[in-house]
Amino acid sequence: MLFAHIGKYLLMLKDMFSRPENWKMYWKQFMQQCVDIGVGSLGIVLIISVFIGGVSTVQTAYQLVSPLIPKSTISQVVRDTMILEFCPTITCIVLAGVVGSKIASELGNMRVSEQIDALEIMGINTKGYLILPKIVASLLTIPILVVISGFVGIWCGELAGVFTGILSSQQFMQGLVSEFKPFNVAFALIKAYTFAFIISSVSSYFGYNVEGGALEIGQASTKAVVVSCVFILLADFGLAALLLK
Amino acid sequence: MIELIHIKKGFGDKVVLHDVSAVMEAGKTNLIIGSSGSGKTVLMKCMVGLFEVDEGQIKYGDQNFTAMSDVERKPIRQEIGMLFQGSALFDSMTVEQNLMFPLDMFSNMRLREKKKRVNECLDRVNLKEAHKKFPSEISGGMKKRVGIARALVLNPKYLFCDEPNSGLDPQTSMVIDKLIHELTVEYEITTIINTHDMNSVMEIGDHIVYMYQGNKQWEGSSKDIVFSKDEKLNDFIFASEFLKDAKEMRQLEMSRGKQEGS
Repeated sequence: MLFAHIGKYLLMLKDMFSRPENWKMYWKQFMQQCVDIGVGSLGIVLIISVFIGGVSTVQTAYQLVSPLIPKSTISQVVRDTMILEFCPTITCIVLAGVVGSKIASELGNMRVSEQIDALEIMGINTKGYLILPKIVASLLTIPILVVISGFVGIWCGELAGVFTGILSSQQFMQGLVSEFKPFNVAFALIKAYTFAFIISSVSSYFGYNVEGGALEIGQASTKAVVVSCVFILLADFGLAALLLK
Repeated sequence: MIELIHIKKGFGDKVVLHDVSAVMEAGKTNLIIGSSGSGKTVLMKCMVGLFEVDEGQIKYGDQNFTAMSDVERKPIRQEIGMLFQGSALFDSMTVEQNLMFPLDMFSNMRLREKKKRVNECLDRVNLKEAHKKFPSEISGGMKKRVGIARALVLNPKYLFCDEPNSGLDPQTSMVIDKLIHELTVEYEITTIINTHDMNSVMEIGDHIVYMYQGNKQWEGSSKDIVFSKDEKLNDFIFASEFLKDAKEMRQLEMSRGKQEGS
């Protein structure tokens, strides 16, 4: 059963690639997906980033009790946890819920209401027209969302530190630039691209292959989110073990 | 003309179509009739390529559709228009955008020409006022008419209609039937309709294929169908009490005619 799913998933990815019937229509669809996935998720990403950044500063300060450790260490810890873990992983897990369920239910509804069949009969490669733009749009917009999340999270971490009197803005900036490893940003982006692919392709797979009615669309949505989250966590560990030696 | 030659189709262990051979006549309204579960929809989906047949051939003219790859099928598919049971309109698009979509995808027309074509098609199905409405804002009958208009927008050679009357009141059903028949004659399309509505059979059926438990049980014209001696077909046609009475009356008249003749 598992192997059948894997085979079907790989075939779906292979079948996406064929010469588009009309480049302009595919471009239009891609732009629409960029708006839906990118702009549509910006609000929730900002809310998460604001609070994760703030909470990170407060909790790190709470744990660093020794007077020997300089206060700028707090911002160093906040910076690295935000870039390495919180921004890519937490943001993408939330996006798996927001974007993943949307993709799965949209495709599921199109399948059940025979809209996908209607496209097939017109001679359109439905996997290419419906799934490929979603995956490409996710690969473009989700890393951008992760970068935005990083900036907003760290900035809100600074605000939280200053407003609660934990450290000054100067101390925060001092810690922020010390021992900064540019590879951490590259690592976060690698994670973002991997997670973006997982979210969009897994959700598309479950949505595209729905059979039945409204109940099955709901089940496919749930499966899409759960499986995406599990794969994100597995990939998170795999990438960390592989790249952070 | 569409020719079905020894079509077999199953899903897992369950065989749905057993060796079906039939001909859908060119330029006519061909009806596939049969009770629920008789294999009508599967047969239609095999004909348009949504299901692959296990055995047999489907020929569009002299082209063997079953032997073609997806890419090779594209030109034939662009000659096919289909009206789905649930209309299958794109619910994120307005009526006008639904009709515009195939033109945007497959034609090199200018916007003005495309709008003109959309207007013509909507006008032809008497839906001029519904341009800017979304599918959720129109009635079931209107959805069917939009579905027909979308199927017609690329001037198809073949029109497939899967239960065009389902979910419609008798009056609207008649309007839809009449419209499909008129379009078939007007544009010289080969139309294939899946139905179990006997009104449609009698009103618009030029050529009828009766399916029974995955087999083609009977094939002929609407004139022949009432006088067919096929028991299963008769059971299907005269299923209601009202029609049973009509059948008895018909038998009575036939026996009277014989007596008078002798």
